[in-house]
Amino acid sequence: MLDIQDLSIRFTRYTFGLKKKETCVVQGLDLSIAPGQVMAVIGQSGAGKSLLAHALLGILPRNAQVEGRVFFKGKPLTPERLSTLRGREIALIPQSITALNPLLRVGVQVARAARLSGISKKDAPTTVNRAFSRYLLQKEVATWFPFQLSGGMARRVLTATATVGMADLILADEPTSGLDPATAKEALGHLRELADTGKAVLLITHDIEAALKIADMVTVFCAGTTVEVASADDFKGLGQLRHPYTRALWNALPANSFIGTMKPIERSPNTTGCPFQTCCNEQDAVCGHSTPELKHSSAGRVRCHHA
Amino acid sequence: MITQFLLVKTFRLILLIAAVATLSFVLVSSSPVDPVDAYVGAAMLRISPDQREVIAKRWGLDRPPVERFGRWAGQMATGNFGVSTIFNEPVLSVIGKRFITSFWLMALAWSLSGALGFGLGLIAGAREDTLLDRSIRLYAYTMASTPTFWVGMILLMIFSVSLGWTPVCCAWPPGLSAEQATLWQRLHHLLLPAITLSLIGIAQITLHTREKTIEALRSDYSIFARAQGESTIGIVFRRALRNVALPAVTLQFASLGELFGGAVLAEQVFAYPGLGRTTVEAGIRGDIPLLLGIVLFSTIFVFTGNFMADLIYHLVDPRLRKATGAIS
Repeated sequence: MLDIQDLSIRFTRYTFGLKKKETCVVQGLDLSIAPGQVMAVIGQSGAGKSLLAHALLGILPRNAQVEGRVFFKGKPLTPERLSTLRGREIALIPQSITALNPLLRVGVQVARAARLSGISKKDAPTTVNRAFSRYLLQKEVATWFPFQLSGGMARRVLTATATVGMADLILADEPTSGLDPATAKEALGHLRELADTGKAVLLITHDIEAALKIADMVTVFCAGTTVEVASADDFKGLGQLRHPYTRALWNALPANSFIGTMKPIERSPNTTGCPFQTCCNEQDAVCGHSTPELKHSSAGRVRCHHA
Repeated sequence: MITQFLLVKTFRLILLIAAVATLSFVLVSSSPVDPVDAYVGAAMLRISPDQREVIAKRWGLDRPPVERFGRWAGQMATGNFGVSTIFNEPVLSVIGKRFITSFWLMALAWSLSGALGFGLGLIAGAREDTLLDRSIRLYAYTMASTPTFWVGMILLMIFSVSLGWTPVCCAWPPGLSAEQATLWQRLHHLLLPAITLSLIGIAQITLHTREKTIEALRSDYSIFARAQGESTIGIVFRRALRNVALPAVTLQFASLGELFGGAVLAEQVFAYPGLGRTTVEAGIRGDIPLLLGIVLFSTIFVFTGNFMADLIYHLVDPRLRKATGAIS
């Protein structure tokens, strides 16, 4: 469904008058996802996870440059092709309720998303109704304004908005942030259902435990780079995990050893080598001067000199 | 809830009028204008000091200021604003007539500047940093820093003096009365002052709308709309219009005070017999009853503008509508 190879995202900023400064936020990002699959993308905040979703949709700010190869349904995803796919075949479930316009009725916003996804004016009302009932939203919710929704309801409205069309690839950006456990479980359940109907779901999150409940595969980001691709089953024990960063994340979970004193990892512009080197226990000279390749390792992939 | 809103507003209006009345009475009492001199005018030399005293006594000018204020305020409260000394007519009827003349000027200028300013602001914001945006901004900044009377004079020189397209003065052809002038003639005379006021008034609303549009286009809901495949035009007109229009409407209503101030200058330049020009005359010729009447009237006028802005916000914004109980 989607195959991303060596994606990089850079931002150009002007500092002190006309001095240009380029910041590379994502580099060497690889990811692929098949129909019917939930692919979890995990990493610390600031690892470039949300940027990935925005880059895939081509909605990054104007000062961002995206490079790399992206294939959607086997064909290269060019900006021209993207502008016809956005909302029709690729849909976003955004992070927070602020993605809904506070001054427009919920129903109007969902209906507009339906129209944009290619549903005719005649069919739009029934499609919206169906989307509402699928997510257990009462009919009158359509006449409400976003500020009248509860957290869980808002999440369901956002999901309904993204899935009202027939998009095959769903990008879910932090779908559980700020939700209580029961609501979070419900939101994740909806994503699993979507994957079970044959859609590909990209689940972007920092919550590993939640992600593992529904994911088939997991891609681990560290400082904007893919460091490991593993199946969800590999996370059952420490032994199956290939990259030291993934093991550190796993260790930080409350259910495991709960060791979590890792500093946020930032990519400094001039460093070469492995993005994780400064925090890694297995680090040696080679990690400092060359960036490891993303190697195949059993069913997954890993980017480490020592794996 | 809505009755409470109205009650609070009414209470504030009463407070405001009381404060403005007190302040303007103090100012007028301590000003060098002598009401008796202003009243007798050119006949001053033919009047003896005794006669002056009679007039002053009849008007109660020999009383202490506090007592004078009490009597004046009491009369105002019953609706008696006194008689204008320069027009020899009740103040209220002078204000009424002159305001109608001004009203058309202000209404035209206000709606023109509101509609054009909002439109230009939307375009500039949607096309941020393009040549179009820069041109609109240049225009707005230039106009924001240009005095009204200067624009009026330039327009007058071009369109009335050189080209002869528009009349040089007044609200209707000289020699006719207001009733005799045709609608077309009145519109013809209204055109240039109204354009002057609009040209200036556009600046603020344009810059404000531009900022709000840019802000709206960068908001989370616009990014989400873009992710759904919405174009910039679609976002501006289908999603963000209400979010941008709401503060613009407020600003436009709140700018009634400035409009009034601008009208004073524009009416002066075009010799347009509206309320603004009357204010200047009343001030120069010491017509105190008329001046005080206009001060109180403009207080109510500006207050109404702000009140409308508030009311519209309450009616249009669903979050406030809920608070006032207008929706369930």
